[in-house]
Amino acid sequence: MANDKIRNFCIIAHIDHGKSTLADRILEKTETVAIRDMEDQLLDNMDIERERGITIKARAVRLKYTAKDGEDYIFNLIDTPGHVDFNYEVSRSLAACEGAILVVDASQGIEAQTLANTYLAIEHDLEVVPVVNKIDLPSADPERVCSEVESIIGIPAMDAPKISAKMGVNIEEVLERIVTDIPAPQGDPEKPLKALIFDSYYDSYKGVIIYVRVKEGRVKVGDNIRLMATGAVFNVVEAGFMDATTLVNNGSLEAGEVGYIAASIKSIGDTQVGDTVTCDDRPCDEPLPGYRKVNPMVFSGIYPADGAKYGDLREALEKLQLNDASLSFEPETSIALGFGFRCGFLGLLHMEIIQERLEREYNLDLVTTAPSVIYKVTMTNGEVQYIDNPTNYPDPAVIQVAEEPMVKASILAPSEFVGNIMELCQDRRGVFKDMKYLDDTRVELHYELPLNEIVYDFFDVLKSRTKGYASFDYEMMGYVPSKLVKLDILLNGEIVDALSFIIHTDKAYSRARKIAEKLKENIPRQLFEVPIQAAIGGKIIARETVKAMRKDVLAKCYGGDITRKKKLLEKQKEGKKRMRQLGTVEVPQEAFMSVLKLDS
Amino acid sequence: MSSLGLYFHVPFCGRKCGYCDFYSVCYRKEQAELYIQAVLRNIRHYSDLSRCTDTVYFGGGTPSLLVPEQLGQILDEAKDSFRLAENGEITLEANPSTLTLEKLQKLREIGINRLSIGVQSMNDEELSLLGRTHTAARAEKAVLEAAQAGFGNISCDLMIGLPGQTPQLLGRSIEKMAVLPIQHISAYILKIEAGTPFDCDQIRGALPGEDAQSELYLKAVEMLEKLGFSQYEVSNFAKPGSESRHNCRYWKCLDYIGIGPSAHSCCGGKRFAADPDIQRFVESPAQPVTVTDEAPCGFEERAMLLLRLREGLLLSNFPEHRKAIERKLPPLIKAGYAETDGERIWLTAKGFLMSNSVITYLIF
Repeated sequence: MANDKIRNFCIIAHIDHGKSTLADRILEKTETVAIRDMEDQLLDNMDIERERGITIKARAVRLKYTAKDGEDYIFNLIDTPGHVDFNYEVSRSLAACEGAILVVDASQGIEAQTLANTYLAIEHDLEVVPVVNKIDLPSADPERVCSEVESIIGIPAMDAPKISAKMGVNIEEVLERIVTDIPAPQGDPEKPLKALIFDSYYDSYKGVIIYVRVKEGRVKVGDNIRLMATGAVFNVVEAGFMDATTLVNNGSLEAGEVGYIAASIKSIGDTQVGDTVTCDDRPCDEPLPGYRKVNPMVFSGIYPADGAKYGDLREALEKLQLNDASLSFEPETSIALGFGFRCGFLGLLHMEIIQERLEREYNLDLVTTAPSVIYKVTMTNGEVQYIDNPTNYPDPAVIQVAEEPMVKASILAPSEFVGNIMELCQDRRGVFKDMKYLDDTRVELHYELPLNEIVYDFFDVLKSRTKGYASFDYEMMGYVPSKLVKLDILLNGEIVDALSFIIHTDKAYSRARKIAEKLKENIPRQLFEVPIQAAIGGKIIARETVKAMRKDVLAKCYGGDITRKKKLLEKQKEGKKRMRQLGTVEVPQEAFMSVLKLDS
Repeated sequence: MSSLGLYFHVPFCGRKCGYCDFYSVCYRKEQAELYIQAVLRNIRHYSDLSRCTDTVYFGGGTPSLLVPEQLGQILDEAKDSFRLAENGEITLEANPSTLTLEKLQKLREIGINRLSIGVQSMNDEELSLLGRTHTAARAEKAVLEAAQAGFGNISCDLMIGLPGQTPQLLGRSIEKMAVLPIQHISAYILKIEAGTPFDCDQIRGALPGEDAQSELYLKAVEMLEKLGFSQYEVSNFAKPGSESRHNCRYWKCLDYIGIGPSAHSCCGGKRFAADPDIQRFVESPAQPVTVTDEAPCGFEERAMLLLRLREGLLLSNFPEHRKAIERKLPPLIKAGYAETDGERIWLTAKGFLMSNSVITYLIF
């Protein structure tokens, strides 16, 4: 197939704006999937993705389309993750394309996420093809949305296809635009192999499957390939493409093509997204630009609710890591929670997804500690430490300067919510940068915010204060010095390590009080009184007490019938297992969880 | 060989009290006669002359609905089939409404030497709320007549934590009860049992709260101690030497055989219970039973039961668990739940009130 008959593209859309539905319609129209095999939203094949309506991992599929000019074209649709946590994966997916379809909801308009990814696409020199979706909605206003696209993004949009992916309206127009507007790939098949890894996953039979975009040269079965960042060399077993449901081993891939390579790769750690694949015998001079190792941004301790399930948890994490190189974990011990793992995530959504998959797919009951970011601490002796676990936070006496990570945040919302948003950002120690009106009713706000203020629940609160209309995106901007303290929670005079966290001084008092109150609500009255204290260093800044229970007795044990007493004893024994025993204090799992969700 | 106790469950009542969930049926003369015959068969069935039987207990139900002759028949049969001790304790639970001087005298004659009278309260409003058919005056008369008939070992039941009960009301009941010629008081905190008429919002709503119930209990303990009734178990108080020997069997894991529908036994290394079915009981040659525990009286069970007694448990009897118990003891003592003299540990009144949690904490 000549390069000029290939189109490599992705779809950019905000959550719920209809990306997956459009992808399904395209698959249908190109008859890649027989109608009877159609499952709604075929590309998202993880349960969680389908339920949350988001795409977690990129995938790619090859489609065949006969255009109105009578020619057959090959479409490679590369599905991209839609969330900021996966920003880097998005950028690598974009680097594999020549064009992007920008899907905008005809009633909602452009959202922060879409904007960020569209700018990213433009940065990568992609041809952006706007499409206005959901024209079947009563509230649809395609004209307004088109002019919004023109004024905000600065690309012509008045003649954008106006479609309803749900109803299958005007899908062919989109397909024609792909042919006419998106450039064919460049690249010389005779040059040394140069291919970009934009995704990978672990297959229990074939080992790691890498998804590549071949930029130069060709790769075929039997070749020795080298992954340039890691230097690892593998022998190609399969090379081909993906149709909607299976891998098709074609024997080779050439410049311009998108496809997969299987090479008996055992560890997904070897196949880092963004890395360049070349030929071991005839390597290219230099790798493709833009590779970087993905580093976790948010950390949290994950513990099995039942200590006996520690081994199961490790196995589950190892399995998830096979498919998700950005997940990191190492063993950690907590006095309060026992044996568990310190896990690193790309962001909050990533963390939630991992937790949910552990609970759902591996049937584990988990206790999770409050998420923490990485703090940079310069000691008085000049040594610099990066702290991702509050337990390891040094004594304030030996800290010269403590710094915390900041993000540049962009928030898009209807103008009526500006007050609420500003209040929230201020409350989260945000520094206002600027605000501009996108049109008469919508504004874009820019703030600098500490990452630790948004890792808890920022997005949830933002949503609730804007009736769900605000969208939010952020990028890292580095470290700034900050007045940080470590807040410890003590139960019955003992520090509960799992509840410690690092916080800005100004926030410490109110948070300490809230935590103490929440714990009081969630720790049941028990045999002994439970003093709850919050402390910075040795100084107690908040205090509550769970009074001892007064009465827990079976008064009557009549006629020698002790079965009831024994049953009760068994029940209490069982109940005890569900509690965390901290000295003489019994703390239910819910108490730990409640502290994580303070502001709701 | 250790001694034995006999328990007879008499499952008849004139009417059912709203708070009671023990097995009982409405009294019918013909069925009572069949019941007596079945009890006699079962006495022969369980016959054991190898060891001394030193306690007999008629519980219910309302055993005092049986006529003294019927009770006498049972005791005579028991004397043939078991070695009843000379000084054995033979208790009858009695409803004050069923007692007359004449009947009490007859009960003495057939060998009953201890009465447990279901007084429950010395306040008429409380009695009527409980659905009892007697008044405080009727209860007082019954106790006085019992003493007149020669009973020197009388126990009265007292209920704590009744709907609307204040410390003052409870105090007055206790004072009125304690001046009677009695030697023993069983004071129970009212517990609403699922499925009983008391298991309704109206009653639950009127019950004193957890803290108020606790206050009532502690007040009762304090008053009774002052009036000469020492607490020897969570719910039992006695003048010195008048502790219920039969009930102590339960706490000390000593053997007892229970006869009658729903009666429990602990005997021959098993716990078993007769099925709660009067019809099957009267029809079967031997009462149908269900084994509830194949290996009773392990550490947990013994500790749980012994800690209900004021004398508590003797640490040297539990060498394997002694260290663990002693390690856990200090917070209990500090909180005022338990005391120790180094050899024994026992619970305080405050500890009794929390005994489920205390015991769970101590033995798991």
